Amino acid sequence: MNKIGLIIRREFLTRVRKPSFLIMTLLGPLLIAGGVTLAVYLGLQESGIQNVLVIDKSHLVTKKLKETDKVKFFYDHADWSDSTFKASPYNVMVDVNEEILVTNTIQLYYKELPSINTQRTIQAELEKVLEREKLRLNEVDPDTYARIKTALKMHLFDIDKEGRRSFDEVKAFIGLFFALLIYMFIFLYGVQVMRGVMEEKQNRIVEVLVSSVKPFQLMMGKITGIAMVGLLQFVLWVALTSGLATVGSAVLMKDRFDPAEVARLQGTAEVQAELQKSPAALDQSETQQLIAEITAEMPRILFCFLFYFIGGYLLYASLFAAIGAAVDTETDVQQFMLPVTLPMVLAIIISEMAMMNPDGPAVRWFSLIPLTSPVVMMIRVVMGNAFDNPLLLATSMVLLVLTFIATTWLAGRIYRTGILMYGKKVSWKELGKWLFYKG
Amino acid sequence: MLRLQGIVKRYGTHLALDGVDLEVPQGTVFGLLGPNGAGKTTLIRIITRITGPDAGTILFNGRPMGPDDVAHIGYLPEERGLYKKMKVGEQAVYLARLKGMPRPEAIRRLREHFERWEMMGWWNKKVEELSKGMAQKVQFVTTVLHGPQLLILDEPFSGFDPINAELVRTEILRMRDAGTTVMLSTHNMGSVEELCDHIALIHRAHKVLDGTVREIRKRFSTRTYRIEFQGSRVAFANALGFSGELVDLQEGGEYSVAHVKLGPGATPNDVLRQLIATIPVHGLQEEVPRMHDIFIQAVGEKVPGAVTAEMTE
Repeated sequence: MNKIGLIIRREFLTRVRKPSFLIMTLLGPLLIAGGVTLAVYLGLQESGIQNVLVIDKSHLVTKKLKETDKVKFFYDHADWSDSTFKASPYNVMVDVNEEILVTNTIQLYYKELPSINTQRTIQAELEKVLEREKLRLNEVDPDTYARIKTALKMHLFDIDKEGRRSFDEVKAFIGLFFALLIYMFIFLYGVQVMRGVMEEKQNRIVEVLVSSVKPFQLMMGKITGIAMVGLLQFVLWVALTSGLATVGSAVLMKDRFDPAEVARLQGTAEVQAELQKSPAALDQSETQQLIAEITAEMPRILFCFLFYFIGGYLLYASLFAAIGAAVDTETDVQQFMLPVTLPMVLAIIISEMAMMNPDGPAVRWFSLIPLTSPVVMMIRVVMGNAFDNPLLLATSMVLLVLTFIATTWLAGRIYRTGILMYGKKVSWKELGKWLFYKG
Repeated sequence: MLRLQGIVKRYGTHLALDGVDLEVPQGTVFGLLGPNGAGKTTLIRIITRITGPDAGTILFNGRPMGPDDVAHIGYLPEERGLYKKMKVGEQAVYLARLKGMPRPEAIRRLREHFERWEMMGWWNKKVEELSKGMAQKVQFVTTVLHGPQLLILDEPFSGFDPINAELVRTEILRMRDAGTTVMLSTHNMGSVEELCDHIALIHRAHKVLDGTVREIRKRFSTRTYRIEFQGSRVAFANALGFSGELVDLQEGGEYSVAHVKLGPGATPNDVLRQLIATIPVHGLQEEVPRMHDIFIQAVGEKVPGAVTAEMTE
């Protein structure tokens, strides 16, 4: 085995054997899956029963609102002062004024913001009762109304994509997910490269090592070894997360989304109207269509993902290695970290723009610039815009490769001088000088 | 074995080495001396190919030195360390393999060394569990393990207790006798006197002294002799006459001791001939200059208090 292979092997094995790797591998998916589940759960659930006081001056809704396990309605017909409400056991106070049938507006006062579920329940119940009241006033038969009530679905088509439905909104989120993965990976493992270099410098083994191998080999071995750790962890995460998600959704969503129940409810006007309220919601056939579309594009998406994933990592890891070599102590790191972290933060900000307008000029530019392209271009890739302009994509990829070759070369020069330099506070000017020292 | 010609190295505007020539003969212990910041570490780093010279050539076994020659060099830097979290045996094997040794060979030789140095019990310990002296020992073993033709040791005795220092000393001599060339950089003049056959002294980027220890001692000889005799100061002075200059004299109980510097052209025999005619001489011995004094004399008062250290020394 050649020397760089030995270095890669050591960097890989020492990290993979650490208990922290196992813990992170197991904990990562649990945290992701758990975090998402918890967020959804907490967002939907209320801690206790919500007692809703309805101030119904015109006696329009009194006793007509249907209660649920979590939402109980109480009625009064006169105004309550704020302090009286505060002192009362009620969680929420809803003011249904006399002009409600004209204004269609109510006021909801709360002590603690009620959950989306509670808000929806209150809103839906009031709507139902008021609708019935209006039907009665207009002498319209409720059955007739249910028949003529129209829930319009609008399907979006991109004219350039052979008449297929476009799911830009959903795709944008998938793109953001990939972009965030790249961002996370670059930071987590880039910093590991930096720490590894600093460790070797601080415990002074580096001088022994560079008497056997070239500093550049040492640096590239470390970067590659850590990349392999990252890739392994990533693959394990994907496997574990999808496993957990399957099990988790089966357990958690069992009673919530019982297919039979969904099918029964879907026939009713209520549910149709409910579905209409959330624009991102897709019905089953659409979901299948989306999945089919994403699956069809997956090979090239995955190719681009791996390309930007590795390219971006190599670019940043070499910069992190140079930083690790240049500094003596943890405290000196800050000075050099900012210029490296700034483009990454910028990339995330641009990504949000890219989700809304993937072909905007700013987004195009930043998907070319190698320091931001791995994150920004990924969104364009998943949304499909990147493939509409292959020249831009190819240029971005070539630029990334050229830049990481350049930064690796630069970092190598800083690295080989820096690792042997102790007790010196390094300035930018000093780093510049190192570039021109003869090997 | 190793020949350096006109080595120049600069860091920015700082000149670390300015045209240094060096010839290290095969199978000797070669002392590389010099004050802090003189350029010793830079010179060693050039020989170990950690850094390249700006000018000059290096011949290794008569050929220009190439990248593969590092496999024949063992280097123990002054600032040394190991991976703290890595196990001793695994780490030693790793370092040996980086030097180009196949794994089974590395393990076999490591066992040999560990057994000889009574370190077998450390194999599966992490370096952070070892004491500093133990870690130094591991480091020394990893340096010599691949049987280098050229062994470069920078302050090898620092951090060792007297027993282990002796072990290292014995090992150095054993390797020298087996044909290894040892380059020893140290400030410990005692060990230079004990071990070195040749020395070179680097000062302010230049080589100021070079040669065998015997030669150099001769060159720095003050031609002063210590003479033990019976009798008084006056008797001694009279007997000495003009054959030598009396530097110092202590009258004692049984014997008195005089320090005599020989006059130009005079030999110890001339002095003895003069003395024994009138006073009983008990002994005569040349006062050999100590390396310590040679060092100070060669570097002279020119040594600045603190030389700016561009690289660590």
